[in-house]
Amino acid sequence: MPGPIRFTLNGRPVSVEAHPERLLLWTLRGELALTGTKYGCGVGICGACTVLVDRRAMRSCLTTLADVERREVVTIEGLARGERLHPLQQAFVEHGALQCGYCTPGMILTAQALLLETPHPSREAIAAAMEHQLCRCGAHQRILAAIESVAAPAAPTHE
Amino acid sequence: MNEPRRLSRREFLQLAGGGILVCVGCAALPGLSQNRWPRYPEDVDAYLLIGADGRVSVFSGKIEMGQGVMTSLAQMAAEELGVDLQSIDMVLGDTDRCPWDMGTFGSMTTRMFGPALRAAAAEARVVLSGLAAARLGVAPERLSVRHGVVSVTDAPSRQVSYAELARGQRLLRRVDAAAVLKAAADFEVMGRAATRLDARAKVTGEAKFAGDIRLAGQLYARMLRPPVHRAQLRSLDTSAAEAMAGVTVIRRDDLVAVMHADPQRSSEALAALRAEWDLPQEAAPDHESIFEHLAQSGAALTESAHRGDVVAARPRAARVFESTYRKGYVAHAPIEPHAALAGFSAGRVTVWASTQTPFPTRERIARALGLAPDAVRVIAPFLGGGFGGKSADRQAVEAARLAQLCGRPVQVAWDRSEEFLYDRFDPAAVVTIVSGVDGERRVAFWDFTGYGAGERGAAHVYDIPELRIRCGGGMSYEPTPAPQRLHPFEVGPWRAPGANMNVFAIESQMDLMAAACGSDPLEFRLRHLSDARMRAVLQAAAAGFGWKAAAAPSGRGCGIACSSDAGSYVAACAEVAVDKTKGTVHVARVVCAEDLGIVVNPEGARMQIEGGVTMGLGYALSEELHFRGGDIRDRNFGSYHLPRFSSVPRIEAILVRNDGIAPQGGGEPPITIVGAVIANAVFDATGARQLRLPMTAERVLAAIATAQRPGGA
Repeated sequence: MPGPIRFTLNGRPVSVEAHPERLLLWTLRGELALTGTKYGCGVGICGACTVLVDRRAMRSCLTTLADVERREVVTIEGLARGERLHPLQQAFVEHGALQCGYCTPGMILTAQALLLETPHPSREAIAAAMEHQLCRCGAHQRILAAIESVAAPAAPTHE
Repeated sequence: MNEPRRLSRREFLQLAGGGILVCVGCAALPGLSQNRWPRYPEDVDAYLLIGADGRVSVFSGKIEMGQGVMTSLAQMAAEELGVDLQSIDMVLGDTDRCPWDMGTFGSMTTRMFGPALRAAAAEARVVLSGLAAARLGVAPERLSVRHGVVSVTDAPSRQVSYAELARGQRLLRRVDAAAVLKAAADFEVMGRAATRLDARAKVTGEAKFAGDIRLAGQLYARMLRPPVHRAQLRSLDTSAAEAMAGVTVIRRDDLVAVMHADPQRSSEALAALRAEWDLPQEAAPDHESIFEHLAQSGAALTESAHRGDVVAARPRAARVFESTYRKGYVAHAPIEPHAALAGFSAGRVTVWASTQTPFPTRERIARALGLAPDAVRVIAPFLGGGFGGKSADRQAVEAARLAQLCGRPVQVAWDRSEEFLYDRFDPAAVVTIVSGVDGERRVAFWDFTGYGAGERGAAHVYDIPELRIRCGGGMSYEPTPAPQRLHPFEVGPWRAPGANMNVFAIESQMDLMAAACGSDPLEFRLRHLSDARMRAVLQAAAAGFGWKAAAAPSGRGCGIACSSDAGSYVAACAEVAVDKTKGTVHVARVVCAEDLGIVVNPEGARMQIEGGVTMGLGYALSEELHFRGGDIRDRNFGSYHLPRFSSVPRIEAILVRNDGIAPQGGGEPPITIVGAVIANAVFDATGARQLRLPMTAERVLAAIATAQRPGGA
């Protein structure tokens, strides 16, 4: 087996002894014990497994460890600061923007990727960015409202 | 039937860890019992524990799958007990700790279980007040309770908290008389919008679903699956998989599994199995010929309603309308596929499973493993959606069998392809309605014949003098042997089972007659409705929408529909835009009004309305299974299309206040009218009646072409 693969996970350096073709999804959920990242479809359609890689939303079910070597990975567990929720997390709670909660980590991280690139997107831009995240419970309208509340120019920031 | 487990009082208290435990049986609440098989620990339906720390644990066999009962049940307990919502801990879906429950489906949690829980909480308050009276040396009538503190009403400084009262107590109280519940006017917790108790765990990733549970030394199993239903395994070569490091292959009867400590490796081992299959030789209906198959199946019709003589009424009618409505199979498609983890310890197996039915699943696992039910514990953590689809629990039995066979904990987590293969789909259905109007534009008779969808939603509350409702080939909730099977694969309950199809047919037919009579569809419905609750929701939806009376098709694209389901009444108005050259339907706005009796959590009820409307857009516009016989062609979301952000309209939820009746079902009713309200709006936009769901662009175009032909409808 080749040497360990190193990357940054939620702000901390990690080193994983694994094959470079091993999928990020199973590495996160397995040896790294971060089960907030979900399996939904396995082929990159549903978005439940979305994580941030160098501030961009990526489908971890299609991402190998080689893809993230020496890069920065953020999962849903990496957003809150201690007890203080990230503004998007707080907005999802306040807007009731979830039901079963299974798609929620992917929704929040996809929204975070959008806001990192475009801090104040329009509602249309938000909907377009979220188009490829599937939710079966029908929380869509509240998800858009939650993201919109954080995207407003006067919204609080996390940092 | 196995002998029910009886816990002694001492065991029961130890189990719960001390404090004050209050139990209630639904037998104490006439007419509300859901407990057809009374057992464990007696015939107790609910219990709650007031701990020495003042926290209140509520134990229920119900499960949380997104519908919000974790929060609404906690509200009910907090209200009757006189404590804050934040001091309640819900313990759900654990067969060792919770009272027996048949399962979470049918919008029954609030309707059926709610009264038992409220009674238990109300009785707990009486018990605690009695203890407080003794402690404070006053009569119980002089006490009042707020925020978990009992105080003397006219001397509030004399007080004692629930925590102090529970400390050192080991008290078990059994409620046998119906407790007096609070009136809606006195509510402080119920009836107020509450933030979901599960929200924080779900936004941080801390919420555990079945596939997130870990046991030391666990293996991840993948099962060999047939390419199509009813294929027979002709030959199997497992040598390549067995040669892979760390892979265990298990073959026992129909079960062929490969296992590895890493899920990716187990998938690679599965791909290394060399299997040859004999495919079934059968005359197989597909997604187009299924309707003829259903209608010609010879399924016996059961009459569920009969008034007058519809056969004699037909020649007397001024105009007769005959329409046949169709809908294909629809998948549950929760974003969380079925998952389970099973592990043995000291001869007992614990199975964490994504299941809506932990107790029946416990029985199934016990039977499959040859164990007593007491030797099986099922725990349902959070479910990533259920919608009726997580009640067969094949994956839980598979995990338990494999754990028994290999002596290590085993996780079974289906991939999306397995989720489609083994879904028990919402059945395809055909409904024919023959109806007629008299010279005064009143509906004179109604003859409804349905195949495939079952009876739910086939009845309606319109005042029609002569009426007959017959249904055949209703769905079975238990697996059916192949020869008797109406459908080419398993079907099962899907959010408001059957009602989506039946209401689509009923409300389309009413709309069609209104249009033929030149009547406004709202006015036409109201003219046939003396039911006050239905009138109220129709008028509320119309007012919220800004409905303007006009006969359809007006060209505006506005539709209306209503139904009653699970004790609730619901009506909606929708506005659509139809691209008449492409056939695409864009839903711009839906206003949905619902009367669900006393509302426990208004925010939760609105979420269920919005969710039901959104999910309903799928069966209305885009969701339909493609298949040929047992060959399920859709195996992922690439060809099976769920509603997406771009397809979701502005949805406005209106709660029609009705505190005169107990809380009714909320999870299912709103979805029942979505197919109809969109179809009626498309008719209003185009003049083309939509007779088949989903209304794909191709079908809408075809309907427009038919409507434009001379004599077309």
